[in-house]
Amino acid sequence: MSLLEIKDLHCSIKGKEILKGVNLTVNKGEVHAIMGPNGNGKSTLAAIIAGKDIFEVTKGEVIYEGKNLLELSVEERAAEGIFLGFQYPVEIPGVSISNFMKTAINEQRKYKGLDPMPTMEFMKLMEEKKKIVELDAKLANRSVNEGFSGGEKKKNEIFQMAMLNPTLSILDETDSGLDIDALRIVASGVNALRSSENSTILITHYQRLLDYIVPDFVHVLFEGEIVKSGPKELALELEEKGYEWLR
Amino acid sequence: MASIDMDNYKKAVRPNEEDFINFSCNISQLKTFRINQYNGFFFENNKNNEISITKDIIICTIQTAIEKHHSIIESKNLLNSIEQNQEGLFIYIPDNISLEIPLQILDVIKANEPISIESKSIIIVGEDSHIKLIYCDDTVNGNISSTESNINIFLENNSSLEYYKMENINNSSSIITNTNFVLANNAQLKTFWLSINGGNIKNNLNVSFEGEYSKADLNGLYLADKEQVVDNLVYVSHNKPNCSSIQNYKGILDDSARAQFKGHIRVMKYASFTEAMQNNRNILLTDKAIVNTQPFLEIYNDDVKCSHGATVGQLDESAMFYMRSRGISERSARMLLMFAFCTEILSKASIEELVDKLQDIIKRRLHGELSSCENCVLLCNTPCGTFDIDMSKIN
Repeated sequence: MSLLEIKDLHCSIKGKEILKGVNLTVNKGEVHAIMGPNGNGKSTLAAIIAGKDIFEVTKGEVIYEGKNLLELSVEERAAEGIFLGFQYPVEIPGVSISNFMKTAINEQRKYKGLDPMPTMEFMKLMEEKKKIVELDAKLANRSVNEGFSGGEKKKNEIFQMAMLNPTLSILDETDSGLDIDALRIVASGVNALRSSENSTILITHYQRLLDYIVPDFVHVLFEGEIVKSGPKELALELEEKGYEWLR
Repeated sequence: MASIDMDNYKKAVRPNEEDFINFSCNISQLKTFRINQYNGFFFENNKNNEISITKDIIICTIQTAIEKHHSIIESKNLLNSIEQNQEGLFIYIPDNISLEIPLQILDVIKANEPISIESKSIIIVGEDSHIKLIYCDDTVNGNISSTESNINIFLENNSSLEYYKMENINNSSSIITNTNFVLANNAQLKTFWLSINGGNIKNNLNVSFEGEYSKADLNGLYLADKEQVVDNLVYVSHNKPNCSSIQNYKGILDDSARAQFKGHIRVMKYASFTEAMQNNRNILLTDKAIVNTQPFLEIYNDDVKCSHGATVGQLDESAMFYMRSRGISERSARMLLMFAFCTEILSKASIEELVDKLQDIIKRRLHGELSSCENCVLLCNTPCGTFDIDMSKIN
């Protein structure tokens, strides 16, 4: 059984159709890159999988581990193992990263019928996972993303991903706004978390990220449809020829 | 709660001390010097009072102060404002006293029939003295009462006061506080005004700068639901140069609650180099909740820095989605956001144990649990509501 199956997905916002029949299958252990010019539906696709309700799905279905994903609430999807790395992580003044993560982990555990994680275990987990993205120890006591640099925000996304150990991660433009050092750290974090049990969808419009995180498949989302899929070499071809040759 | 018919209230008389003796308030991990008032009356010889802090500090009734400490009363020109046989509490902190342990005034209200309570207090913080004061209002049953407290507080040169006001009375009762702070030179005042429970709350807070280089940092939080009404009327009068004031008030309103914030800053002609800031932020959880926020700046000097801001809004939807995408339920996400919104008010408070307690009270209040200190259980007939989103409340 595939981990994620998107079948003929159509969606619109305020009457404007954005996705016009997307088909995508992701199996466990795979890394998929979705590329394409801005404004062609990449972030919309990510948001729909995560459960943002400003979009109206007009046709098609999304099956995740055999379940109809579109029927689940945002938090249920997270507890089922879906993680969205935000293109623009949100600042939450007054909520510390540790409190935020503790609440998230324990609510996910509650969903699965587990007791809250013991505090000591949680602290240990924080220490361990902070290292993966070289997250500054001081940041953990600060409010979520408040006053963080662009690089720190993206590192914090991968840190949260490491903490929550999702089955399917969708990283939306995680490379945007990163300098080359931050990119390397973020990418090595993602690579460290890669396993045969989880899958990743990378959304990007630069080939650059794929030098660091090598995908198994590359798809091009263009004007609301996946117009081309191929092996990792497709990314290089796109880099060379631009998106226009797909027309 | 909207209208209070005073005809049905009986004026409170000095109660029997024994009726209150079982009541005490403990803030865990925090030692305070406790001063008890029962139905607005101070009992000098009450054994629950812990007022023998040092022999220099005077804590007595105003009547005793007139008799024994006449010179202090006269030096403050207080005689005009004190009536013959005036009941009330008098606290005098002499010069050069720094108390790490806070004073705590506990106003316990126990009404057996609808009563109106009027109390008066005078507090003087001497030169170079540094004091923290926690003032709690608590009703011990659900019966109706109406309290008006008048407090005059003087901060002498180079003194400081951190003042915490906890309003936690049953929702059948009302309270009006008239609090006047007078600051001499280089005095530092910080206030934290927390209106947590109470049917009708009205706080008149006046700060008057009578010396130079003084600072007032005024913080407030109001949480109101059901039919609660909370008004904060702040008046800061900059009469001398080089003083600064900050007003930071926040509120969350649920159901049909109503609140008013009026922040009046007056800068007199000779008060050059004044800095005055004001900020009032509100979250409305229903479309029946109402807040009126009104900055009022009255400035007679050109050499000043003044600012004001007010917001009325809902919880941040993008933050909600972000939190939920991590597996946090909608309810918990709202609670976390509201809690963070509230506790920012306490960021400048220095008594850690009290901040912990207040955070706990705020958290429980948001969850709709009875939110009082361990020993002073609010025996409300009308338990407080939940700050929870119930879509049926909105339409």
